[in-house]
Amino acid sequence: MDQDQTPGVDRRTLLTRCAGWAGSAAVYTLAGGLVSSVGIDAALAAGLKSGGGKAKPFTFVQISDTHLGFDKPANPNVHATALQAVERINALPQQPDLILHTGDITHLSKEAEFDDARQILSGLRAPVFYVPGEHDYLDEGQGKAFLAHYGKGTQGNGWHSFDHGGVHFVALNNVANLKPGGMAHLGEDQIAWLKRDLSGLSASTPIVVFGHIPLWTVYEAWGWGTDDSAAALEQLRRFGSVTVLNGHIHQILHKVEGNVTFHSARSTAYPQPAPGAASSPGPLKVPTEQLPSMLGIRSARFVPGMSPIALIDSSFA
Amino acid sequence: MPSISPFRWAVLFALAVPFSGAVAAAAAVAPAKVQQVSISNFVFSPQVITVTAGTTVVWTNADDDPHTVTANDKSFHSTAMDTSERFSFTFTRPGEFAYFCSLHPHMTGKVVVKG
Repeated sequence: MDQDQTPGVDRRTLLTRCAGWAGSAAVYTLAGGLVSSVGIDAALAAGLKSGGGKAKPFTFVQISDTHLGFDKPANPNVHATALQAVERINALPQQPDLILHTGDITHLSKEAEFDDARQILSGLRAPVFYVPGEHDYLDEGQGKAFLAHYGKGTQGNGWHSFDHGGVHFVALNNVANLKPGGMAHLGEDQIAWLKRDLSGLSASTPIVVFGHIPLWTVYEAWGWGTDDSAAALEQLRRFGSVTVLNGHIHQILHKVEGNVTFHSARSTAYPQPAPGAASSPGPLKVPTEQLPSMLGIRSARFVPGMSPIALIDSSFA
Repeated sequence: MPSISPFRWAVLFALAVPFSGAVAAAAAVAPAKVQQVSISNFVFSPQVITVTAGTTVVWTNADDDPHTVTANDKSFHSTAMDTSERFSFTFTRPGEFAYFCSLHPHMTGKVVVKG
């Protein structure tokens, strides 16, 4: 199993942590660049003590960019690799309480593609929370198809929040009403909602934000950023632990900005070039035997009182 | 009514036939006045195209990623064009028509229509 860790983790730690994830009774987290570990019983006990009955250690998973319907040389069988993601998740030693899909569920927003997604992802044993990617906004109604499938109980054009195990999760839509010449966009309504949504929370509440396009500017020439993300991040700055998860760029990238960490994830469908490494950000065709190493899923482990949340990216290799 | 000599008839006929032929040919060509814009490597090419009123612009997507052609003022827009798919629009009035790809809004272009 090929795995990538959050920044600052050396090879020895990586091996140690892999062992931890392989089922031994240890939990590792990354704090200020130092890795610490505690026995799982101690972590559970700490969680029960500090959590006020609500906070608890748990695992969740991020999958992204399944692109069902894509059939180009970069991966002629995205159906199979999406199924592989489901199998990998179901085989995790620590089963997730919930799963986040960070968008581009479909390639062309076709009804058959949404159906395929529903069938494949119904194999997951935990609830899945979705945000749309721009590929899920290609129907004539510009997002109506996505909202018909996944919009129940959400606000505006699909944004929503929920709490689990002491963590506040915020789902953002930054692919609606994109402006000529711009990048991704949240819009004033969504930012005003975010402000209200966060207003009642204490600064010690761990926050997980998930959206499709990066909320930090990865590469402006390719539109890899969100033009009004600063207004959203302003609302998040007072919190002690903010984990921002995104998809869109089909590769792992991390950035740390104060208490906010940004992490983009692999796709389950096909890779894209590193920022600026090709003439365009289009699908990257790699030798068939290399493809599994460039696709994958991400696990996240939350332990109360220990921030930030520890992430493990696992490829299909 | 002045008479026309057989010679002059011949001259008129000789002039008129090719001329009418040319008119017929022009009439057949005019509705098919077409300009191509390719979409390749996430760029509209040419990015700015100048055409005369009545021209149909045809965009063809050569990328492995879908794109759209969406007027900034929403006066025309394609659905998502997958690889090799085309969208065409006939510009009937003069003006400048800026457009972009609604999936990748950093991709922009313009059609300048002369009267």
